[in-house]
Amino acid sequence: MTIELSIERIAPDASSPRAVSRRHVMIGAAGLSFAFALGAPGLATATMLAAERAGKALSPWVSISIDGTITIMSPAVEMGQGSMTSLPLIIAEELDADWSKVAIVPAPPVEAIYGNPGFGGMMYTAGSNAVTSYFRPLRTFGAQVRRILIDNAAQHLAVPIEELSTEPSVVVHAKSGRRLGYGEIAAFAQVPDKAPDIKPEELKKRSEFRLIGNDVMRIELPMKVNGGARYAIDQQVPGMVYSTVIRAPVEGSAPDKVNDARTKAVPGVIAVVMLPYGVGVLAETAWAAFAGRNALEMTWTRQGKAWGFDSDKGVELFAATARDPNAQATDWSKIGDVRGEMPKAASFMEAEYRCDYAYHAQMEPLNATASVSPSGDAAEIWCGTQSQTMAVEAVAKALGIPRDKVKLHDTLLGGGFGRRGHRDEEFIIDAVLMSKAAKRPVKVMWTREDDVHNGRQRPISAHYIKAGFDASGKLLAWHHRVAGDRVTPYMDPVRYEKGGRKDFILMLGTDLKGYDVPHQLIEQLYEDSGVRTSPLRGIGFTANKFATETFMDEIARKLGVDPVKFRLDLMKSSPRAVKVVERAAQMADWGRKREGRGLGFAYIDYSGSQVAGIAEVSLDRRSGQIKVHDFWCAIDCGIAVQPDNVVAQTESSIVYGLGMALTERITIKDGAVEQSNFYDYRVPRMNEVPLMHVEVIATDNHPTGAGQMATPLVAPAISSAVAALTGVRLRHTPFTPERVMKALG
Amino acid sequence: MTIDFTVNGKAASSDAPPATPLLWVIREGLKLTGTKFGCGTGLCGACMVHIDGKRAFSCQTQVSEIAGRSVTTIEGLSATSSHPLQKAWLAERVPQCGYCQSGQIMSAADLLRQNPKPTREQIVAHMTTNICRCGTYQRIVRAVERAAREA
Repeated sequence: MTIELSIERIAPDASSPRAVSRRHVMIGAAGLSFAFALGAPGLATATMLAAERAGKALSPWVSISIDGTITIMSPAVEMGQGSMTSLPLIIAEELDADWSKVAIVPAPPVEAIYGNPGFGGMMYTAGSNAVTSYFRPLRTFGAQVRRILIDNAAQHLAVPIEELSTEPSVVVHAKSGRRLGYGEIAAFAQVPDKAPDIKPEELKKRSEFRLIGNDVMRIELPMKVNGGARYAIDQQVPGMVYSTVIRAPVEGSAPDKVNDARTKAVPGVIAVVMLPYGVGVLAETAWAAFAGRNALEMTWTRQGKAWGFDSDKGVELFAATARDPNAQATDWSKIGDVRGEMPKAASFMEAEYRCDYAYHAQMEPLNATASVSPSGDAAEIWCGTQSQTMAVEAVAKALGIPRDKVKLHDTLLGGGFGRRGHRDEEFIIDAVLMSKAAKRPVKVMWTREDDVHNGRQRPISAHYIKAGFDASGKLLAWHHRVAGDRVTPYMDPVRYEKGGRKDFILMLGTDLKGYDVPHQLIEQLYEDSGVRTSPLRGIGFTANKFATETFMDEIARKLGVDPVKFRLDLMKSSPRAVKVVERAAQMADWGRKREGRGLGFAYIDYSGSQVAGIAEVSLDRRSGQIKVHDFWCAIDCGIAVQPDNVVAQTESSIVYGLGMALTERITIKDGAVEQSNFYDYRVPRMNEVPLMHVEVIATDNHPTGAGQMATPLVAPAISSAVAALTGVRLRHTPFTPERVMKALG
Repeated sequence: MTIDFTVNGKAASSDAPPATPLLWVIREGLKLTGTKFGCGTGLCGACMVHIDGKRAFSCQTQVSEIAGRSVTTIEGLSATSSHPLQKAWLAERVPQCGYCQSGQIMSAADLLRQNPKPTREQIVAHMTTNICRCGTYQRIVRAVERAAREA
């Protein structure tokens, strides 16, 4: 029998935006369960859903069985970044759990319990902010559970609490040598009405950490080497059929003339389904669905904004707008008074930079499986999403049903990179609409070509930057105008409106954090091509830091100052920045000249994480081919919860940045994507990656992100390395051989 | 028409149309989902399996071509994740999202079978068939070197 108690209390973390929280406790034969809810309604639902997922009575965050198994829920999805391990590990640290006894279960979509404080309580894994945002609440909750266990042990052993301590999963009474395992305590424990208060100073000191800062095996890795890991695309449900969906080449367009005679003649094809935005082929097998779609003949209406848009011309127009002082802009951010001070400068420099569209290319083509009830009043979905909240809400909206009628099974993601967190979650809706039409479960798989054609791009952008200097050559004023294709209003209209209509996905990274520049003005020139756009690993930082860090290098060279020294001179008030910059320079032996090679440097404060990188390149002047031989990177992301994983994520970020810098380019002709697959969209392969040398500088600062911070370092570092080698500046990513040849003249 | 072949040492058959890619027969028919669909064009290597002991893109192999032949998938590489490459993959903490890693390991196993002590250059040349979007390449090289050393 299970007894449920639930109580209100004040959150121990006073800095939390939601001060009132609720603890929820279940005591049962299976052991103890503890839940800690920020906010509140939905607790019972969360408990029920959590129990469904874990296969036993379980409360929302932690349960301890009498056999000592500690089950911890993971609120973030796992797409390779390691959060499924790191977040439960933070609870386990303060709980002083024996990690080998911990089981991890993905949390169900109940925002009141599991919502990400960094995204207003949505369940959303993005922005490299999971550890940053959950760190304090999870530590506090782990400490509370530990305290309850100690209190119970004290009563049971009839000793003062002060005489008890914990070792992994054991409460110890050193004086008498008696020990009680957490599972043993779970068998008799009573849970107090009021959860113990944990003051910040009662949390472990960094020197007391056993798990944080010491690498553990990521929980899901063993099944990633034997084929056992399950992704959405691996899902099969009883009675399921297959589908593939041809989507309109331009957003807003619809099927016009459709001739499905040849499709329907393909053995195994069940039906051709007209959707508002495309055509679905329903078939008994996956191969029949693909064969059926290949046989379909159709045309599209010319509805939709992007028709007629050509990205090569578009980026030129954007550049003209960015440099036109009369073009209307809105202030994104300002420090000091650029408009007043720039005209007084003794000298000026200006430059332009451009970035092309780019595609996520997550290895798992988008797909989902859905089972909509015959009457359409409920749905079950299997998918890899970056946002459990968006997935459930998008499905509820598409079917016009309450969200509690949507049952989500979220799986491991075969890559995310920002592609799977759009408010409309359109690849899930494909499966839902096809299942609704078929009245049976349907797995919809996009082909790689679909994934490219329906891609949602990192936006094109053009950058005009002007700098003003005083008579001594000191950098006084900085004016950056960004003309870029809008992202936030397209990818998430809800957050765009809630966030004051700020296109932060486009604009983040335009700041000069880390540098002392007294007058700064950043303006956005709003552009809307109608092309599908998206946050993509490194978001606005990748384009904006390409512009700002490349310009910093240009300024240094023009002033005749070493580019690293130039940065350090601007970093008087940023000691953490100085440290990563100096360390990266040491690692690369920055001052040493190398025959036929150039070195280029870049630094970024990426949401608090300090990163500095140096690329060593050579150039084949006959072909325009750039070769990056080595890349050094120092990163300070505060407390590194899993240091080797920070290294792995940084290597990963560098490789991703290499693709953005050198080869990855989506072009749009007449509104549609021109590329199709990995032959014309070239992502880095093993023979193209440099030797990567990554050093984590561990500090006591609150943990900040690690999942994408190095990506935006790569393009400016390469551009500056090529400049060091040749004197020629590359200003348009990617630096394709054609562009390099043109720049070389 | 039924096509008979062997998968991971066991008899298997398929009645899919002869031109059906082996990949779909393995994944959807035989439910061996460790072999992945990545590009459908032999460009990424996520679908890599062994046919009669040599690596092959299962998305580029028609099921009719494997009649009477022996297919090994990641699930059949070892019964208990005990292949030196699987152990090395964990020791070097290679996988991130993990989606491409079955194909990477199957490619690497083919290399070590042909060349038990490959140089770094040989590893890179061989493994360039396989894309890892998480960029785990440096760790893959280390893991192959480790497996060659410890095998």
